[in-house]
Amino acid sequence: MSKKSRPLSPHLQVYSWQLHMVLSILHRATGIALGAGTLLLTWWIFALSSSREAYQSFQGFIIHPVGRLILFGFTFALIFHALNGVRHLFWDVGKGFEIFEVKRSGMLVVALSLIFTIAAWVFAYMQAGKL
Amino acid sequence: MAEFNLPKNSVVKKGKTFPAGKGVTNIKRFHVYRWNPDDEENPRMDVYEVDMDTCGPMVLDALLKIKNEIDPTLTLRRSCREGVCGSCAMNIDGLNTLACTKANSDVKSDVTVTPLPHMEVVKDLVPDMTNFYNQYASIKPWLQTKGPAPEKEHIQSHKDREKLDGLYECILCACCSTSCPSYWWNDKKYLGPAILLQSYRWLVDTRDENTNERLDNLEDPFKLYRCHTIMNCTNACPKGLNPAKAIAETKKMMVARKA
Repeated sequence: MSKKSRPLSPHLQVYSWQLHMVLSILHRATGIALGAGTLLLTWWIFALSSSREAYQSFQGFIIHPVGRLILFGFTFALIFHALNGVRHLFWDVGKGFEIFEVKRSGMLVVALSLIFTIAAWVFAYMQAGKL
Repeated sequence: MAEFNLPKNSVVKKGKTFPAGKGVTNIKRFHVYRWNPDDEENPRMDVYEVDMDTCGPMVLDALLKIKNEIDPTLTLRRSCREGVCGSCAMNIDGLNTLACTKANSDVKSDVTVTPLPHMEVVKDLVPDMTNFYNQYASIKPWLQTKGPAPEKEHIQSHKDREKLDGLYECILCACCSTSCPSYWWNDKKYLGPAILLQSYRWLVDTRDENTNERLDNLEDPFKLYRCHTIMNCTNACPKGLNPAKAIAETKKMMVARKA
């Protein structure tokens, strides 16, 4: 026997990324992002209820391109997490476990998330009369 | 917290290249994980150029050709060479499968072969399966009854027997468990898809009378509930089984008995 400790075989380094794997980690990432994003909403509500100046400083942040990008990301995270959550509900009752179903539901969630996110933003800009 | 990077002694280095002989035209390159417990070196990837005109169709054929004709020090497990024993489970081209049922032609470019992921390596492509087998033993994988033994066999209807289809075929190759990121990060506490599929095989067996005790054993934050339906297990299974589905059904049994 060698005194040297055994190596750990490569895992993430070699495993080929599949759609279901990407969506699984994205579900968790968007969940964390939503947690952080809720602070943004809290800031918004506090600003609304406190003063004109407070609301203006929030407004200044969210109107800035970086702020808009964060809000766009938040919108996507919210919609993706909700839709993929529905996918998880189906799994929880034991449905949709065949690999072809997993691939199909995954693609559907990605497509709908993108469509709904963009639709939400188009709607918002139209409401503001900017489109 | 999960450790995403390999420890220092496990980082894979570039290895040797074994070129094909002169006049060989139909060459396929095999990048194979090597680690020798008898020296102080890190693991490395050796490259073997194999003459496909004289090689069998499967990755296992190529590996044995390498061992027989190019480099006899290459170490791997194999036995039945027809997908029944589960010995030659390894990571081929980024996915866990059996070398004996994976065709060389399925891999378009070079073939990369590494041991089952996130396992302690004994040598080359041979991982240490001790923890996996201990976990298997922990679910008591045998028929448990309470009443007196029947005079002949335990009778089961055809319909009840059908409940075991898709479960009893499991060969415990560990392709699924070692494809699961949840199992990578919690392999001591989470049982992993293979053991949970086996566990479900006894849970749905109508002859078994210890269903409740078996479910009690899974009542734990890790053993069962570290499954987050990532689906790598079902995607990897070389026997076409569905461990993720078996785990979901087990979770349903846990909920149903509380109601």
